[in-house]
Amino acid sequence: MMSISPTYLLYYVPLIVAISLVFGATRHEETSTVLMHSFYTARWVTGFMAVIFVALLVINWLL
Amino acid sequence: MRGYQAAVANVNVTFNLEAPKRHNASIVTRPDWRKMGTRSLPTAVLATPHQYHSPATSMPPTRNVIEVDSQKIDLKNRHLAAFLAWLLPGAGHYYQGRMTKASLFFVCIMSTWVLGFALGGGHVVYASWQPGDKRWHYFLQAGVGTAALPALVQGNRMRKMTINGATSPAYKPLWGGFMAPPHRPVIEDSTDEVSAWYAVSGAGYEMGSFYTMIAGLLNILVIYDAYSGPLSVPISGRKEKDGEGETSDEETTNEKETSS
Repeated sequence: MMSISPTYLLYYVPLIVAISLVFGATRHEETSTVLMHSFYTARWVTGFMAVIFVALLVINWLL
Repeated sequence: MRGYQAAVANVNVTFNLEAPKRHNASIVTRPDWRKMGTRSLPTAVLATPHQYHSPATSMPPTRNVIEVDSQKIDLKNRHLAAFLAWLLPGAGHYYQGRMTKASLFFVCIMSTWVLGFALGGGHVVYASWQPGDKRWHYFLQAGVGTAALPALVQGNRMRKMTINGATSPAYKPLWGGFMAPPHRPVIEDSTDEVSAWYAVSGAGYEMGSFYTMIAGLLNILVIYDAYSGPLSVPISGRKEKDGEGETSDEETTNEKETSS
């Protein structure tokens, strides 16, 4: 199904943590708000990538 | 609804006729999204700092002081802060006394940078602009400041030792080759030093390049934050719908103009 090892997906973990935290912290000053924003960002990005992944999977299955 | 009222109170700016001279900044308030929940007002546009001040605060106008999430932030010398933020991630915020964010930025960005550098076998950051090896990645990687500067020194040294597109045999990189460009010529689809790096690091070379580039890009956000403070946008990013007792972008602007 995937042409690469699934372990490659682990590269995603530190990246999404760093990006979400920095993104949240550049939009708020209060720590709890920063964490909340970071969580929303991480969820959004992950969801977006999941949708793309499923779309590519379907296209691959159809072709 | 309570959150909405609080927001209007927060963005209720008035023209300060007694405002001091130009460039004498005052307190700029930004809405506290934490108090208003995650689906409250969108970004409120505030006027230039030297024209307005919040009537809610009794503090006299202070240079470069803003209020975000109910916290007053003294940006101090924002140009210096931005430069420090570029030089070392988090240094600008440390200078401004924003210790938590300084630590967060330093840890997040530098760990991403170091991890990427290690994944790429220590060869993903170098400055080169030669045919066949135009390392455009470096423009993004340079966002982290000091950590990427050795590559400039190495790149300049290599440039001086490149004759007719080939590295001189007399060339010896500094610091054991740390951030040094590959020996030239570098030709695509041929065996050279870059292909050897690829062979050793595999996918790690690509991932290392991405990590270090992303670290540089993230630091650009941090530089902006050090210069002008947080953007203070709604957490969910959703716009409010009409008829739900909440408001939209245009309405917010109109409310602000009316109150002023």
